[in-house]
Amino acid sequence: MSTATDTQHDHDTESHGLSDLGYIKIAIFLAIITAVEVVFSYTQEQLGAAFLPGLLILMAVKFFMVILYFMHLKFDSKLFSLMFYIGMVLAVGCYIVFLMTMHFFHS
Amino acid sequence: MADTAVHNDAHAGHDDHAGHHTSTGLSNNKLAMWMFLGSECLLFGGLISTYMLYRGRHSANLGPDQVWDIPFTSASSFVLLMSSLTMVLAVSSAHRKDDRNTKVWLSVTALLGALFVAGQVYEFTTFYREGLGFTTSLFSSSFYTLTGFHGVHVTVGIIMLMSLAGMISRNKVPGDKAETVELFGLYWHFVDVVWILIFTLVYLIPA
Repeated sequence: MSTATDTQHDHDTESHGLSDLGYIKIAIFLAIITAVEVVFSYTQEQLGAAFLPGLLILMAVKFFMVILYFMHLKFDSKLFSLMFYIGMVLAVGCYIVFLMTMHFFHS
Repeated sequence: MADTAVHNDAHAGHDDHAGHHTSTGLSNNKLAMWMFLGSECLLFGGLISTYMLYRGRHSANLGPDQVWDIPFTSASSFVLLMSSLTMVLAVSSAHRKDDRNTKVWLSVTALLGALFVAGQVYEFTTFYREGLGFTTSLFSSSFYTLTGFHGVHVTVGIIMLMSLAGMISRNKVPGDKAETVELFGLYWHFVDVVWILIFTLVYLIPA
């Protein structure tokens, strides 16, 4: 009994991702990306056409780093990912159509 | 056998749901939390889209480029980002059944969240003094609604974190303690994820 409980506990711990040091490294990485984003916003003219895609890519990297590692989606059941991505894709799709519609019918 | 019984009793409070005897084999609470967060995407998606649509509708001297204070907002963003780190450390401590560190990290997370909200209140006050009220323009209405809703989510999160820390102190967390901390963590990280989007789309991309 005890062994079974311990095994379950070990499994739970393993399934919950990185070590504390791993999380700290990710947080440092996220802080560096945030700093790069701010630098981007001050060097918009020098960056030219690369400014907007660059900023959006950095934003996406931060977004996925948090949901995959801090929210454990990378280590958890795919069903949890499905629940979240359904909402996210619906939102993004729905509002892209909404924005396009408003743009098309504006003045 | 006696040892085994004592061991099982000692962990009964934590391991009630460890096996997750559900049709999916997963925790229903966790599944419900992910569904809730998926639905929250629609809420914040709507608010962000509305802001994107109306961000150009303002008077000549009270637009985003005139009122934003990027260094200040960057510092606020950094604070919220670090609160995600302390939250994940709280979850990690909870999985190790280390109640003391769980409470410490939950409290630090709540403190960082409070610092973020204080920054937002300061920012709103500054904008208001500069003449940017809620009904000044479509830009201001959509901006205050979006960031206000986010601020309310952070505030609710702070209350939840402090309540959880208190419940852990009195050992009154029902069911699996680690899973409860993890559920609160999911909510908190989601609030951080939304701010990652707001910070870039609202503050860093010029109108």
